[in-house]
Amino acid sequence: MFVRLVYESFRRQRRPKLLAGVAITLGVGVATAMIAVATDIGDKISRELRTYGANILVTPQDDTLDLQIGGVDLKPPSDGAYLNEADLPKIKGMFWRNNIVGFSPMLAVPVTLSGSDGTLLGTYFSRRLIFDNHEFTTGVRNTHPWWKVQGAWPDDESPDVLLGARLAGKLGRKVGDQIEIVGQTHRVSGILSTGGIEDDEIVAPLAVAQWILGKPGAVRRVYVSAVTKPEDAFALRDPKTLSGAVYERWYCSPYPQSIAFQLQEAIPHSHAEQIRQVAQNEGTVLSRIKGVMLLLTLAALLASALAVSAAMATTIFERRSEVGLMKALGAGHAAVASLFFAESALLALGGGILGFAGGSLLARQVGRSIFGSTIAIEPVLFPVILAIAMVVTFAGSALAIRRAVQFDPVYALRGEG
Amino acid sequence: MRGRNPRTSMFLRMLMRAAVLRRGRAASALIAVVVAAAVTTAMLNLSADVQTKLRKEFRNYGANIVVVAKDGQSLPSDALDKVRSVLAGHGLAVPFAYVVARTANGQPVVVSGTDFDEVRKLNRWWSVSAWPSKAQDALVGTRAVAAVAPQGRPFDLSFRERTIHLSPTGTLRTGAAEDSRVYVSLSDFQAWTDIKPSTIEIGATGSSSDLAAMVQKLAEVVPSAEVRPVRQIMEGEARVLGKTRATVTAAAALIIATAALCLLATLLGWVFDRRRDFAIMKALGASGRFIGGFVAAEAAALGAVGAVAGFGIGIAIAVWIGRVNFHTPVAPRFDVLPMVLAGGIAVALLASVIPIFMLQRVEPAMILKGE
Repeated sequence: MFVRLVYESFRRQRRPKLLAGVAITLGVGVATAMIAVATDIGDKISRELRTYGANILVTPQDDTLDLQIGGVDLKPPSDGAYLNEADLPKIKGMFWRNNIVGFSPMLAVPVTLSGSDGTLLGTYFSRRLIFDNHEFTTGVRNTHPWWKVQGAWPDDESPDVLLGARLAGKLGRKVGDQIEIVGQTHRVSGILSTGGIEDDEIVAPLAVAQWILGKPGAVRRVYVSAVTKPEDAFALRDPKTLSGAVYERWYCSPYPQSIAFQLQEAIPHSHAEQIRQVAQNEGTVLSRIKGVMLLLTLAALLASALAVSAAMATTIFERRSEVGLMKALGAGHAAVASLFFAESALLALGGGILGFAGGSLLARQVGRSIFGSTIAIEPVLFPVILAIAMVVTFAGSALAIRRAVQFDPVYALRGEG
Repeated sequence: MRGRNPRTSMFLRMLMRAAVLRRGRAASALIAVVVAAAVTTAMLNLSADVQTKLRKEFRNYGANIVVVAKDGQSLPSDALDKVRSVLAGHGLAVPFAYVVARTANGQPVVVSGTDFDEVRKLNRWWSVSAWPSKAQDALVGTRAVAAVAPQGRPFDLSFRERTIHLSPTGTLRTGAAEDSRVYVSLSDFQAWTDIKPSTIEIGATGSSSDLAAMVQKLAEVVPSAEVRPVRQIMEGEARVLGKTRATVTAAAALIIATAALCLLATLLGWVFDRRRDFAIMKALGASGRFIGGFVAAEAAALGAVGAVAGFGIGIAIAVWIGRVNFHTPVAPRFDVLPMVLAGGIAVALLASVIPIFMLQRVEPAMILKGE
């Protein structure tokens, strides 16, 4: 009898049921989309923040002091220690290898160009490396995304070079010209503009710089761009003082500190340190954006809860006379309430499933159009969303159901509720 | 109300009585308008404000424009004042002078003279154990400490046969070139070396077009120097800001749409519920136009009152969000009031017109019979 009542109610009252169903679907859809976007936004913005470039710098452990003024290295190239290029692919064998967006080794050597002193910077552009049968590409195109090249990026295996924009203007060279560096001719494959000191330099594949210096495999410093977690009090602990499980937890959190620590382990005789300008600010910017999204999600949940409860209240209120009839025929409060709750539950279930599907699509669309990548929907979100839909629908209908149950059947039947 | 047209006075009286007698239903409709208006106001404020607020956060990345003297020379002595006058309070300008000095045992080290009070505000990521305050206090980079002042004792540095005696007040950690340097105050530096600043780092606030204009102006004001926008900082900011703004706008639009739909549904129910009242009016001889006007006036009043109240609450929410998330007060944007007001009245009117239109085709007798 109960099932039949519910069934008939849905069959006969298609319009109001549809209205309530649509409201629930919309509300759940918006909530799903917002929760999905908000849970993923940290990761997405982290990746965007990598536009700021490397956040960890690896240098030789017992290096002499840097003598850098305005980006120009005044230290004689023979001075100080070097890292070994052959150790670099090991970076991709680290615990947090998937968080490493890229790395670029750098080696600056002094050269004479048509009578005046200049600097040649050796690096990777987009070098293919293999570690553990796993191939990957890395170089300044990952770690220095603000470098712009007019012409073409040189191949890392070739002797082609990039000419800094200001230097090219001074020397009067164009893309495709030849340039003589230390007795060898190189082709200028492109003009580089960075807005920094590189505009006055020649940028060449690492092997060219190593050959000029006469030290194969030498690397002065490595810029590493890693996706990190904003540091907290725990991140600042010294790993040497941590024990067992606490150490594990520190090691397995992608803090800038722990990634730097692992880089030091991966590359022998190295010192890795976070570049505070980039790493520190990342955390604050990220937490502000996450905060905004959290507040927006709360607002979305509130708005959809209100929409659902308003729709439920309206549909129930319209059925006063039906309640009156049921009560006149002897139905108790519990029977009437359970009928309405069963209907609400069915609506919540249907609307919840549809809304989840629609919201997921919406989130994907937002991800694709704004970030150019899809937003991952966690499967665990489904039961959570369904539970939220149930709770909101019940909470929204509770007040209306209470009022409906308390109608005096006489008035309700006369239509004077 | 004496002397007025009796029709008007009846109309007003009906509006008043409707609000007073049906308090419960009218109140719930009003609450719906208030909530929707509050949510909309807060969202509009937030999406308009998030850009300004985040831009302030991005200034913590430090200089976005650098003025550098050409080829190792110094900047003219009035350069800093000129730069500051161009900025006109929209940012910070910090001078830096550099030399390579030698320690007591002959090791070369880069020494920089700067304005500590300003650099502290510009480069907030500098991790400093203690900022120098007295003359001949020095800030020593963490890598330079071992070479310069291993036990934290006062030390001598020499440049062109002139020696300065410094005491290491604090250590500096940045993870970049600064770690290998020694920083002293600009006055100590100039007294010691006679060298003027060669670089001015500028952290300017504003949109990308503001900054481009500023770069141009700076180049005109200090023609002997090169003015470089720091592309790493500018591009990163533009990118992250753009994406965040797009996300927040999309989310705000969704939420506003949900709130508007919720309001529409509530008001539809509210008007539809009162069909018996309208039927009685009609039976007593009111014209369709009169009833339509009555409902519309009622809805418009409800929309207006709700929108204004909701606007106030929404502004309060926006101010609260600003304080909680960005730790700075938000300047409430009163220019969204007309938008919220128009939106509230429009939705209320829409919600009242639909049911009236439907009811007009029904005979009053049918409604009064309860069918």
